[in-house]
This record gives sequence, C-alpha cells and structure tokens, in this order.
Amino acid sequence: MRFYEYESRRLVERAGIPVTQYGFCKSADEAREAAERIGGPVVVKSQVLVGGRMKAGGVKFADTPAEAAAHALEILELEISNHMPVGVLVDPKAEVEHEYYAAVLWDGRARRPMMLFSDMGGIDIEQVAEEHPEHVGRGHLSNLHPIADFQAKETVARCGMTGSDLGKASRVLAALARLQRDYDMTLAEINPLAKLSDGSFVALDAHMEMEDEAVGRHKKVLTELGVDLSEPREMYEPSDFERNVKAIDAADHRGVIQGKDHGFTGNIGLVIGAGGGSLTLTDAVRNQGGKPANYAEIGGNPSVSKSCGLAKEILQKDGVEKIAVMMSIVSNTRVDIVARGVIKACLELGKDPGETIAIFRIPGAWEDEGYKILDKYGVEYADRSVSMWDAAGTAVAKIQGGGA
Amino acid sequence: MSILLNEDFTFIVQGITGREAVNLTRECLDFGSSIVGGVTPGRKGREVHGVPVFDTVEQAVEHHGKPIDGAVATVPPAFTKDAVFEAIENGIKLIVVVTERIPRRDVAEMVELADERGARIIGPNCLGLIAPGVAKMGGIGGPAKDAAKAYVAGSVGVMSRSGGMTTEISSTLTAAGLGVSTAVSIGGDAIIGSTYADLMPLFEEDPQTEAIVIYTEPGGRMEAELVEWREEAGSTMPIVAFMAGRFMDDEEMQGMSFGHAGTIVEGKEDSATEKIARLEAAGIPVVERIDHIPDRVKEALGK
Repeated sequence: MRFYEYESRRLVERAGIPVTQYGFCKSADEAREAAERIGGPVVVKSQVLVGGRMKAGGVKFADTPAEAAAHALEILELEISNHMPVGVLVDPKAEVEHEYYAAVLWDGRARRPMMLFSDMGGIDIEQVAEEHPEHVGRGHLSNLHPIADFQAKETVARCGMTGSDLGKASRVLAALARLQRDYDMTLAEINPLAKLSDGSFVALDAHMEMEDEAVGRHKKVLTELGVDLSEPREMYEPSDFERNVKAIDAADHRGVIQGKDHGFTGNIGLVIGAGGGSLTLTDAVRNQGGKPANYAEIGGNPSVSKSCGLAKEILQKDGVEKIAVMMSIVSNTRVDIVARGVIKACLELGKDPGETIAIFRIPGAWEDEGYKILDKYGVEYADRSVSMWDAAGTAVAKIQGGGA
Repeated sequence: MSILLNEDFTFIVQGITGREAVNLTRECLDFGSSIVGGVTPGRKGREVHGVPVFDTVEQAVEHHGKPIDGAVATVPPAFTKDAVFEAIENGIKLIVVVTERIPRRDVAEMVELADERGARIIGPNCLGLIAPGVAKMGGIGGPAKDAAKAYVAGSVGVMSRSGGMTTEISSTLTAAGLGVSTAVSIGGDAIIGSTYADLMPLFEEDPQTEAIVIYTEPGGRMEAELVEWREEAGSTMPIVAFMAGRFMDDEEMQGMSFGHAGTIVEGKEDSATEKIARLEAAGIPVVERIDHIPDRVKEALGK
C-alpha cells in the first residue's frame, strides 16, 4: 500500500526524524492559512499517489499566502496521470545547503532489508548508483537481531561522509531502518534528506510503501494517520469489471477468482487459472496473434456460482462474444465444477454453451465428470494431451479467425 | 535417488486439522509418504487419517522417539512464523511452507533462523515437493492417483515458482518419456526459502538427475543468482527455462501485478525481457511453449 507524501511525512516524524513545518490542506483557504503560519516563501505540492508531479505542474512556489492559495486552487483541480489529488502539502521553501538520499528496502536475494545512503540526493538513485557507485553506501540488516546504530553509521560512512554530518545522517538512517521494520515497509525512502543552512537535517520528501499482506497488523497506526482502509490505493481506477469480479469473489469464501482488464482491449474472453497458468495462457494467446479482453485467475476450488459469476462478467464485456476456459493441470480446483459454472453462465445469458465456449482445456481433478457435462452441451474440450499453447491457438482461431 | 526426500523420510503436518491439511495428509499417505504426526494446538489425542495429533512439535518428536526430518506448515499467515520457528527449534531440517500471504518480514525471519540452525525452508506459497515413486510432501500433484499420472520417475529435476505449472511441466516430461527425478514447487513470493541456485547443488549431486527445467516469472533476481551460481560452480548440467508473463513487459501493464505476489517488477532487471536475455546469454535456452520443453531437454542431453 502506497502512502501519500503527507502521510509518509507523518510516519517519518513519528519515527523521530525531523521534518519541516508542513501543512496538509484540502482547500485554498487552508493553504493560505498554512502559508501564513509558515511565514515566508512556500512550496505547494499536489498529493497524488503517482510520480511526475513536478513535470505535470503539480508543484509550485509561492512568495505570499495569497499566491499559495491561488496555486492550491489550481493544483487541487489538476489531474495527474488520471489521478486527482487528495489535497496539497504546503511546505516552507527550505534554505538547502546539500541534498542526501536515504532509503531502506528489501534485498530479495539476501532476504534482508538493505539500507541505502547517498550524498547525491534529490535525483534518481538508480542513476547515481550506475554513474557514481562510490557515492552510494549500502548495508544489510539482520531480521532477527536488533538494528544497531553503528550499522547505519557504517552505511553512511561508506559514501565518504565524516564530521558532524556523519552522526546526524546516521541517526536519520537508523530511525528509518527501524521504521521500515516496525511498519513492514517494502520501501521507506527520504529523498531529499536536506542539510539546511543552519546545519540541521530534515526530510523534505518521503515515500513509504507498506506491504499489503501486513496491512492487517498495522490498523492502529493507519487509523491514527486517517487512512481509510476501504479506499482502494491502486495505481489506476479499478474498472466496473474489476470491481464486479472482486465483489463476486468476496461473496463466497470457496476458491479465489480475480479479473483484470486494465490495458486489455481485445475480444477474447479469458476464463483462466491458476497464477502461473494464467500468465502462461495470456502469453500463449497473445503470441499467436490473439487479443485478450481480460486477464483472470481461478484458484483453489471455487463454487459453481463463483466460476459462473466470473464467466458472466467476462461475457458481458463490450465486444466479447466467446470465451476460452483454460487452466494448467489442476489438482485442487475441480474440473466438473468449473465446467458447470461456465455452462451456467452461458445459459443464464441466453447463449449456447457449445457456440460460446471456444475451447475448454482444464485437465486434472474430476476431469471425467467434467468432460461428460461438456459433451452434453456440445462444448469442445481438450485434455492434457493438448498443450496449453495449442488450446490457446484454438481459441484465437475460433474467436478471431472466425470473425466473431 | 531424488533430492531432499527418500523412502525413510519422516515428516509432520502443522495445522493438520485444517480442511486443506486433512486432504493433503490423505494425499501424501496414499502416495507412500511417512507422516509421523500432526500438530494443532489444543487438539492433542485426535487422529487424522490414522496420524496422531499433538499440541506441540516437541510432543510429536517425543512420540516418534527420534528426530523427525520434515514439516509441512499449513497454518494461517498470522501464525506461520511461530509454527516454523517451533519446527526449527525442535530439530526439523526441512520445512515446506504452504501458506500464502505471509508478510515478507516474517518469511525473512524464518529463513534467517533456518540458516542459523542448518535447516531449509521451501516456500512459502508453494505446493511442496515430490519424488515420483518415493514420496511427496505437500499438495503437489493432488490426490495420489492424479500425482502418479503426471509424475513418473525419470531424469529431469523441476523447479517452479508456480505450483500448478510444476505439474503441467512434469506431465509434459512424463508424456515425453523423460520423467521427473524430483519436482519442487519453490513458491511465488518475493522472498522464498529455497531459490533455484540454493537447490542446484542438490540436483548436481543427485545421480538420477541429468537435466533441469525451471519455470519462472517476472519479478525478483533469482535468475541472475542462478546464472552466477552456474558460472561460479562451473556447472554444466543442462537447464531449460520457461518464462511466463512476457505480456507484463507491455507499456500499458506497467505498475500492475499479475499472478503471484513475487511478480511485482521492482527494477528494470526484473522484467521478462531482461531475464530471458540473461538466461540465454548464460547458455540456458528459454522456450516459448511448455510443449517444446521435452525436445530441448533431449537435445541438451544428446538424446
């Protein structure tokens, strides 16, 4: 789960890392008040979950409270990559002497959190790492042992820092490392971490992402931050199809179904599963010239009504006349139950299953029972002797080749 | 022979009274596995398909009278870490973690403790492993008769990030007459206990295994790790790879995740295109179709 910048700043502040006297505002009036309180030049920043704010005009400087209010009015109405801001952040325009980069993220290979620190902050860290590797310090942390201050110090020192700045920066990094661990962050980043003209270090921008699987155990802090857990924080707005499939899935605990259609514009309805099987089949359809209308995943052992619900949603998408029902060999999902579900979907929509289901290729548990039902309704099916690739090819030929 | 499992291998099922665990226990027993106990706190004294249930792993070990080799953990995500710690601290050396949706930090803690105690974790979010004709540990392949259909003993080791695709690939190898030495569903999460590179040395030492097939997906750095291991170890055992999720490289799919939790692409090195290039450059062919795998394996083996 991604956090807005203002939430990330609050998290950073709670961890004991100094931040500027920012204000989170939902209206132009609030922005004016925040600017008055701050006194002096300010920055008004759009609060959206996507990057590229600066380029899109979502970050503006103001010398007076009136100007800040005017900018806020504009930015609050400005859509950035299909996202409307939830507010603006009004921040004092800091007297920055130097910008640093601090982050703690997972190193999947080492299976440990890794601290990153650079004295070249404010810019893309991947670029710094590539062009100036000596300016990036790294340090791994144990998952079992307490985080020691010296580990942060070592990491900061590795990019060549010394003097009183070393201690100040190390304290920030150690606090960030504890924040990453305590709140299950997949990314905890401060960029830039600024050294101000008075020598103090403050976090000027922060970016936090909490692991979705861990959200449940951080409800207390999320409530304190005012995070609405029912509000989706997807990088894009879920479509009606996606919302409907999610609702069908949630209504019944048996098995799992998922559906996505963001970025899919074709006419081949895919009723597919499981995780790896769906990825394989989507590739197989596309690589044979097919244009899927959606992506889907059937997992576990869903009920007839769940399989039926997924198939119906797909069949009701614009331009979809036919579906391909395919999975890798199943051992938990029952072939006959999925068969019943997809046939039911066709019948309930007044469609002939034999015409509508271009191909049914799910081998495995209860396949004989499943094939009997499919036979009865004249649905073309395939067992494990037909590869996933060939089944996908049949679907492409019958749906697109046939001019459906 | 096989890797990790053998005819005398004993294991317990943690969370044995759960619905899925009861099925899994039945399947494994039917396949010839030796399950010497189950653990569900508060259910001591019951039986699941003739397997005695205990409150603690300690009791199971005591009842068995000697060390137990493995454990299958099928407990809810919030309790998995503790269950795995319990298994490790009671001397169990191979733990298959079936549970999905476990926070990464918990997995990392389990793996670090396993490393410290000389134990190995397979998973999480996996179906376990199977040595055809020997034993299976976990739900892999499903009921014994279905598992026997897809998995026949042979010369190819299989490692897969997808549980279902482990069976699909093995079935293809079986149909082609190559068969499977051991197939391991390694799990689809971002952090897992045993990667391709972690398991390769075991396959190398196994006289039955002549070649390896891996199933992989976008996300993570496991292929890079495999390539590095191969170079460092000077390994020449043929590997054939299959990469699913190539469509995720498309511009309009950026920032989205499909399939397993681990498919989230966190850097440009994680994309399907990058991985295919890396594997091919290391002499590991990446096929586009599952049904092309057997021929590539035969080719590599000069058969």
